[in-house]
Amino acid sequence: MHTFFASFSFMTDHFGLLADRTVDHLKLSAAAVAVALVLALPLGVWLGHRGKGSFLTVSISNIGRALPSLALIAIFLGLLGIGFVNVLTALVVMAVPPVLTHAYLSVEQVDPDLVRAGRGMGLTEWQILTRIELPLALPVLFTGIRIAAVYVISSATLAAVAGGGGLGDIILNQVSYGLSGVIAAALWVAFLALAADALFGALRKRLTPRGVLAGRSA
Amino acid sequence: MQSAADIVFDAATKTYAGSAEPAVDALSLTVPAGEICVLLGASGCGKTTALTLVNRLTELTSGDIRIDGRSIRDQDVIELRRSIGYVIQQAGLFPHMTIEENIATVPQVLGWKRSRTADRVRELLELVGLPHKEYADRYPAQLSGGQRQRVGIARALAADPPIMLMDEPFGALDPVTREHMQDEFLRLHEQVRKTTLFVSHDIDEAVRMGDRVAILAQGGRLLQYDSPERILRAPADDYVARFVGTDRGLKALTLRSLGELKLDPATGDDEASLRTGDTLRTALSALLAGGAERLPVADESGKTVGSVTVDLIREAA
Ligand SMILES: Nc1ncnc2c1ncn2[C@@H]1O[C@H](COP(=O)(O)OP(=O)(O)O)[C@@H](O)[C@H]1O
Ligand SMILES: [Mg+2]
Repeated sequence: MHTFFASFSFMTDHFGLLADRTVDHLKLSAAAVAVALVLALPLGVWLGHRGKGSFLTVSISNIGRALPSLALIAIFLGLLGIGFVNVLTALVVMAVPPVLTHAYLSVEQVDPDLVRAGRGMGLTEWQILTRIELPLALPVLFTGIRIAAVYVISSATLAAVAGGGGLGDIILNQVSYGLSGVIAAALWVAFLALAADALFGALRKRLTPRGVLAGRSA
Repeated sequence: MQSAADIVFDAATKTYAGSAEPAVDALSLTVPAGEICVLLGASGCGKTTALTLVNRLTELTSGDIRIDGRSIRDQDVIELRRSIGYVIQQAGLFPHMTIEENIATVPQVLGWKRSRTADRVRELLELVGLPHKEYADRYPAQLSGGQRQRVGIARALAADPPIMLMDEPFGALDPVTREHMQDEFLRLHEQVRKTTLFVSHDIDEAVRMGDRVAILAQGGRLLQYDSPERILRAPADDYVARFVGTDRGLKALTLRSLGELKLDPATGDDEASLRTGDTLRTALSALLAGGAERLPVADESGKTVGSVTVDLIREAA
């Protein structure tokens, strides 16, 4: 208990250090999520629009789930050596599966009658995607981003092992910061993950089309 | 864009990939401009396929379809579809768009000015009997099934296409609402006169809605293409006769109204319960139910104009 409370005084005493590491931590996480979005969003959305690729997305997400992040980092350490890039790569590999599967499913699950109606009216494939499928897909699509973000923020802690910095530097360095420092940083990470979860949860709510909400309450 | 165009099916054939038998087999028929043609047949006989061949949601395997003399194969598919109104069973309204936005979809992609689109939406909502003020900003989930279908029709009419394709548009509605919508659509068709292909599996709906009825059998084979009157009175074969039902004699009575008969003079001062707008079937039913020899008939204003007997109906039938 004592160390637990001591961790709070550590937070106030070393606020600058924590803030510094938090910025690093978030930069790394944001970069990983951003790269994953660029890679996986268009692919997942396009496959969903075509209604093809359930095999691909399911396989990728299974592989992603089967590989623990620490193992991934170890693999990339071996392949690429220590450093920011290989930590980033490992985090991207973790973030891609939830983004890809949710992007795919979100578009694929849109009522085929609506797509048929749109196509029959003379909308182009692009218009069908942007005017019908994506607005209806956004909530589920965002769930994927939310999962990826929480996942990446918690796992970015491991970056320290590979010299990637972030809050993991404190957590893995009990010698310098003491147990209270380790706990303080761990609490921070947990807090950041929860905050990201809440943020994307709120965004998801805002992105659910009003007409769809109206349908649920009716 | 003109207000109507004729549609010619010329040995139109569709065989789906991986299927041995054609879903629509060498279908040839002409829908004259401004008329309603009902494609009638049991489930799975190729009605939807035949309909969607026209807007190329389904591509022809062989044969041709011409609209106003122009092959659909020669037209840009997007442009073609924008010149054809398309209504499906559950209306297919976009749930995330307001009623106004739904109706404005095609005008928007056609690049109409905002004010022109807004005026058109207002006009169409009035046309389908939904006051703009009350409905424009609602979402589809906030409408009843019948109202949604009205919006579906308004949306299909938005860019004033010469042709309407309707795939069992009232199939999901309860019987009372369905009948009401059928009447409404006929009234609307009087005003806009679009050449309409209307898919149905219901003989009553077909004789009610159609200027002509095309009866299809499995594989999209055309068994008979005739006026409702001819379909009921002279079915081409046993299959058609069975399909239209043993009560086809009664059904034929729904095609004519009392106003079209030369009524007997009125006798007595009994209050008339029948109107000149009622069908012969309604009149026959009233005669049988009341056990009366003769019933008075009034015009729409309620003034008695004559009387009807069972004999009179038999002669007319
Ligand atoms: N996209 C498709 N691919 C393969 N077969 C189809 C497809 N659509 C319809 N069919 C088949 O074609 C036949 C006619 O179907 P359809 O035109 O939908 O009939 P209807 O509208 O009269 O019920 C059916 O046997 C159906 O299974
Ligand atoms: Mg059908």
